[in-house]
Amino acid sequence: MGEKRPGNSCALCTSAVETFEKLRGLCALVVKSKMTVTTFTDSFRDPDAARALAEAIRARSTRPIRLMEFCGGHTHAILRYGIPSLLPETIDLRSGPGCPVCVTSATDLDRAITLAQVPRAILTTFGDMVRVPGSRASLSQAKAQGADVRVVYSPLDALQIARQNPDRPVIFLGVGFETTAPMVASAVVAAETEGVGNFYVFSTHKLTPPATRAILDAGEVALDGIIGPGHVTTVIGSEAWRFLPDDYTIPVAIAGFEPLDILRAILALVEMIEEGKPDVANAYARSVRPEGNPAAQQVMERVFEIADADWRGFGTVPASGLRLREEYARFDAGRAFPVEVEPAREPPGCRCGEILRGVLRPPDCPLFARACTPEHPVGPCMVSAEGACAAYYRYGNLERRTAHVEREM
Amino acid sequence: MCLGIPGRIVEIDDNPLMRMGKVDFGGVIREVCLAYVPEAQVGDYVIVHVGFAISRIDEEEAQETLRLLAEMGLSVSDELEGGKER
Ligand code: SF4
Repeated sequence: MGEKRPGNSCALCTSAVETFEKLRGLCALVVKSKMTVTTFTDSFRDPDAARALAEAIRARSTRPIRLMEFCGGHTHAILRYGIPSLLPETIDLRSGPGCPVCVTSATDLDRAITLAQVPRAILTTFGDMVRVPGSRASLSQAKAQGADVRVVYSPLDALQIARQNPDRPVIFLGVGFETTAPMVASAVVAAETEGVGNFYVFSTHKLTPPATRAILDAGEVALDGIIGPGHVTTVIGSEAWRFLPDDYTIPVAIAGFEPLDILRAILALVEMIEEGKPDVANAYARSVRPEGNPAAQQVMERVFEIADADWRGFGTVPASGLRLREEYARFDAGRAFPVEVEPAREPPGCRCGEILRGVLRPPDCPLFARACTPEHPVGPCMVSAEGACAAYYRYGNLERRTAHVEREM
Repeated sequence: MCLGIPGRIVEIDDNPLMRMGKVDFGGVIREVCLAYVPEAQVGDYVIVHVGFAISRIDEEEAQETLRLLAEMGLSVSDELEGGKER
């Protein structure tokens, strides 16, 4: 499907050129005795090593397989570096639900927009959330109509706004997975310690293993392996994915975000699949430990408890979200400002839900690159930088990504 | 959103409320919470997400990975006779 992007050159050529530029142009791999920041990025983009890994994958892969990258950051990196064009025909990569902005339900978004309209309230959140269309408006539209909506980089910045505006409720819209929930928990603990009484959190935080289970249990798309999210797993630990080989007999390989990290994870998955030995492989050991980050886990557990959560595309997934514990109820925006919203409407024609479940790919959506573009996004998957639609649009609709083996599920 | 950026710790403030520090991201220095990396010292590399370090980069692991990758890369370059472009 050689979709053309309006006003742009051929997407396929652009991405191929980009791949080779990326692979050729970057510095050669030199193992230095002392690391520098660039060692952690450029070295993991080394073209020779990428080629070697691709060759090794090609040599090992005999049967058609489908792998899902859970994380939207991986989807972005995979397309940015043209990884599909390096892989053999046998490997089909599917994007998963790992875009926190995208999986935030329209109902939660509508609630957040209503919270932004609480008198004198300041609603704070991460940048991407502001542009996502809810049922009737987005936060940026609410802002245009007078709501005080502010983008912050860190939950600690939201806490700082609360300190500076003691007479106004400051609500932080918490989105994100286990990577982000600890920081929000830390902000709540700091607010408690300092006695900041006007800081509230509206938690839409979600847990990644239950969503992965939901996809596998639904059986809509057959998966042979999972590329595990690198920064979620930095927090929860690689052992948190043990259920994949144990309960579903499929392997998982935790990956970092540089091209070589992702290729190494794919190689590990291919090897485990070919050998019929599903296991948990850690291809991001410079950051991920088996037990994760205990300090981050502790603060998350102190402040949050596990609850059911609404996911766009999935509906309610049991025990897949985080809500503030009773002890922290006074920081809970949902309890402090109970708001009613009308039943949510999904953007008409948007297939984001199926894309998040790995059932469809962005080019399968009739609106993709036509009615829906990053400038005029119809659904959240085109808004967020981690959204699969945005990544496909930006880096081209790679032929290789669509010319995969068609296989009955 | 799960973006994490590597940087090097240049200063630590062991503030009893929250361990904080300054991290150098290739020339840009930012205040970062170090509460989740109690073991990290000045000079260590950390991965930072929304203002918090979530891990101390294990340099030995990184070196080992790079060494293995370099070996793979070198062997392929040899096969391709001088590492010509494909
Ligand atoms: S292209 Fe736009 S409308 Fe289609 S699924 Fe993606 S976000 Fe939704």
